[in-house]
Amino acid sequence: MKQRLSTLMAAAVMTAAFAVQAQQPMKKAPPPAKAAAPAKAKDGITAEFEKFREVLEEDNPAELFEAKGEDIWKHKKGPDGASMAQCDLGLGAGVVKGAYVQMPRYFADVGQVMDAERRIVHCMVKYLGYKEEDIRKQPFSNDSKTPDHVSVITYVAAQSRNMKIAVPQKHPKEIETFRIGREIFDYRAGPYDFSCATCHGSDGMRIRTQDLPNLRKPAEAIRAYQGWPGYRMTGGFMLTQQWRMNDCFRQQRFPEPAYLSDSITALLTYMTATANGQVYKGPGIKR
Amino acid sequence: MTAMKTTILCAATLACGAALAEEVRDYRAEAIAMMKRDFKTRGIATADRVHEDGLQAICNRTSDHPPKAIAERLERDQMESIKYPPDGKLMGDWKAGEKLAQSGRGMTWSDKAGVPGGGNCYNCHQIGPQETSFGTIGPSLYQFGKLRGNTPDVQKYAYGKIYNAKAFNLCSAMPRFGHAGALTESQIKDLVALLLDPQSPVNSK
Amino acid sequence: MADPMKIRAQMQGDTADIRVLMSHPMETGQRKDPQGKVVPAHHIQSITATVAGKLVLDGQIGAAVSRNPVFGFKVKGVKAGDKVVITWVDNKGDKRTDEATIG
Repeated sequence: MKQRLSTLMAAAVMTAAFAVQAQQPMKKAPPPAKAAAPAKAKDGITAEFEKFREVLEEDNPAELFEAKGEDIWKHKKGPDGASMAQCDLGLGAGVVKGAYVQMPRYFADVGQVMDAERRIVHCMVKYLGYKEEDIRKQPFSNDSKTPDHVSVITYVAAQSRNMKIAVPQKHPKEIETFRIGREIFDYRAGPYDFSCATCHGSDGMRIRTQDLPNLRKPAEAIRAYQGWPGYRMTGGFMLTQQWRMNDCFRQQRFPEPAYLSDSITALLTYMTATANGQVYKGPGIKR
Repeated sequence: MTAMKTTILCAATLACGAALAEEVRDYRAEAIAMMKRDFKTRGIATADRVHEDGLQAICNRTSDHPPKAIAERLERDQMESIKYPPDGKLMGDWKAGEKLAQSGRGMTWSDKAGVPGGGNCYNCHQIGPQETSFGTIGPSLYQFGKLRGNTPDVQKYAYGKIYNAKAFNLCSAMPRFGHAGALTESQIKDLVALLLDPQSPVNSK
Repeated sequence: MADPMKIRAQMQGDTADIRVLMSHPMETGQRKDPQGKVVPAHHIQSITATVAGKLVLDGQIGAAVSRNPVFGFKVKGVKAGDKVVITWVDNKGDKRTDEATIG
């Protein structure tokens, strides 16, 4: 009986900590006494969150979506009996292991370069009978729904956990897509004159307290890739790299890039190929 | 005739097409054409924003390092376009300026039309000493007025810089807040006060 | 029908470390949707765990716990190969039971 009580207490403490951290909006750090001191140090909230994230990575709720995606991949059938076993992610029909870190790549069947998200949606439409216009109606998760394709992406991404990014740059279309992506990265426009590079093209910069990786450098380019798709604690749903690109352009004050568009594929090709050789740790967790 | 045939034949095989293309292709132009196709109006963020203006085009083409003569000429154009307040008063309320400096809102597709935007200042600059969450893309502005005073010339410089940073440095990373209509005249005045008012925490000891 | 839980159960010395990931919206009843309407409360109310048929945990939780919660606890006096069965019941009467074997 005594043992039972202590287990209960331990559990209660854990969930309580969870609730506080996960559901309250992150507040700004309390102002310290001096102005100059914090210039380099990460603020308390960021440091706390990093600790929290480490604890959670073992039990990342992303796994729930991974499981759902796996179920769709392995068991769901399209109207004419087709399944994702026919989907070629670049390594052969039905091969999932390691496929995520080797996209974007050129796919001969469609004659174009596709990033992982685009390819997976393509397959779900082609084999499982999903309607592209339905997917486009809600491409990204919100707090009432994480769409099926996002779960499948999470599953596929998890099957590349701890593998090196190896985006091919052999086919002329792959090279061309990389080069166009680099141009998009550097392209300043809009009311604020921003490009991706305004924030992500130099070393050691921050927005507020957020460190900005220099995405031109391989060792830092991985940071745009790592942790996606990610489980967002505020809201409790999965977000993909396509979402991340979309939100970057929002903050860049650009108009909205169409979902699964060539521009985003090109940008992802540039950024991911730049990170080639770095190790991907699988679906992540975001605040 | 023969030459044309060769070209067509050549283009028909991929490897050959790529080899040809290598020399003549303008990836920048292709990127722009692609973005014009892919980017759509949403809310206040209209599709035409993806078109570069003349200044952006020069900076884009020169990787933000335009030849000196061009830079000087274009900076002069930008300078001439700055509209100073007709009443000649350049300093507003530093407290309102601090609030504006804190706000990162404005001009995204999730911002509403007609709602005034923020200055986004702390995103990139250290400003008031009490705010420790500041970015480092721009230089620190702490003690801005203390170091420079607040003579009419300094006020004019601060106002002009916020209104159109490109008048001073053609390919500066800083937005042209007045030029773009992102901040109003009175908002810019409040920000000038934040930087220059002796009472502002920016200039506290 | 609720989505399955993920259960990990691993012996560490003489203690089993059991961690459960549950798929649940955990609505507090205080949140409003974009139209301003209150989203009704919908959260897990009780969790029970048995190991080898013996009740080892009977807990109540509420709206303060986050969406898709993780629940972890340690149990002594069990062994590898024992079956762990976890059941949750929410305030709408929905329930879900999943099991795993201690490794």
